[in-house]
Amino acid sequence: MAKKDSFINMTLTLFIITAVAATLLGFVYNFTKDPIAQVKKEKLKASINLVVPGADKGTVVEKSVMPEEGKDSLYFYEVIVNDVKIGTAVKTYTDKGFAGRFTVMVGFDTVGNIIDNDVLEHKETPGLGDKTAKSKSNFNSQFIGKNPGTFKLQVKKDGGDVDAITAATISSRAYCDALQRAFNAYVKYYNIKTEPAPADKDKGGNE
Amino acid sequence: MNQWKNFTKGFIKENPILVLVLGTCPTLATTSSAINGLAMGLATTFVLVGSNVVVSLVAKMIPDKVRIPSYVVVIASFVTIVDLSMQAYVPAVYATLGIFIPLIVVNCIVLGRAEAFANKNTVLSSLIDGLGMGLGFAMALGILGAIREILGSGAIFGMKVMNSGALVFVLAPGAFIALGYLIALVNKIKK
Repeated sequence: MAKKDSFINMTLTLFIITAVAATLLGFVYNFTKDPIAQVKKEKLKASINLVVPGADKGTVVEKSVMPEEGKDSLYFYEVIVNDVKIGTAVKTYTDKGFAGRFTVMVGFDTVGNIIDNDVLEHKETPGLGDKTAKSKSNFNSQFIGKNPGTFKLQVKKDGGDVDAITAATISSRAYCDALQRAFNAYVKYYNIKTEPAPADKDKGGNE
Repeated sequence: MNQWKNFTKGFIKENPILVLVLGTCPTLATTSSAINGLAMGLATTFVLVGSNVVVSLVAKMIPDKVRIPSYVVVIASFVTIVDLSMQAYVPAVYATLGIFIPLIVVNCIVLGRAEAFANKNTVLSSLIDGLGMGLGFAMALGILGAIREILGSGAIFGMKVMNSGALVFVLAPGAFIALGYLIALVNKIKK
């Protein structure tokens, strides 16, 4: 408070303060860089292991794949245990969520059945759309073991097979969209033939 | 002012949220559960103590006209330190608070205490002021978070006590309602 304001004085003070702050932050950044990278890696590993159980015992090969629609690429994590591919975790996304991008991890076995799935990141409404996460409701257990080739990934209101979350149809639709994007890319990438949905014939064929 | 009074004033008499009503944005946004509120409060306490100490140390060397930008740089540095350390060591808390941590920079309590207290007082008083104010903030956020968690999702610190709650308390309107009643209660106590 005591010093007089002069141009030199002010410039010098600000320069010194920012220089000290920058140096200090540089040290902190260096110090926390490795733990942060470690945490991110473990988080990714845990989510891969969740959707493709056994991934922690095998090796994971990462690939990025461009989906037919959507502007960003998906990430495929092929899980190989004892030289056998047991499945692939796909990090997929949708922009149809209620609030911004919605990232989902889904695991497929080699013929395209869903092993398991969960939300990675979302900004959906707490108490409504956030029930798409495994920890909040059993919404996503209905996809386990289903093949999107025969299990229509649309909410029942739209003529699909998915039970939407009450009062969160938009989030449920978005979730299905993310899974569908993952499935389409997966099937195309590995050239898997899928059977046309037999369930549709029973309903009188709404294809 | 004696130091004990200096410390305790942040809890009721000059509580940043319940009396001064400063920093309402993080208050309303992060108190959807008790643990989130407390974590946010403690992160803010750290920044507040750090910036108060540094500001009281350097205040005499800083020309008057550039004091606000200087304080903001000091505060931003501490916030970045908190941000990076939380990412590294408490990733679970960071996942829920993430976006609000950088916003502590613009929390008016932090700059407010630097400007209103730290630059006129000794280092020790400023440290105690920062600690008292910060813990008062954390306490208010914790209480608000606990109320909203109980009423909104029927749980406390993540443990279920009731089957379900009124959703409105988890959403933004519930924050306003709960905060309003808390302020009313504190006004009643103060009289």
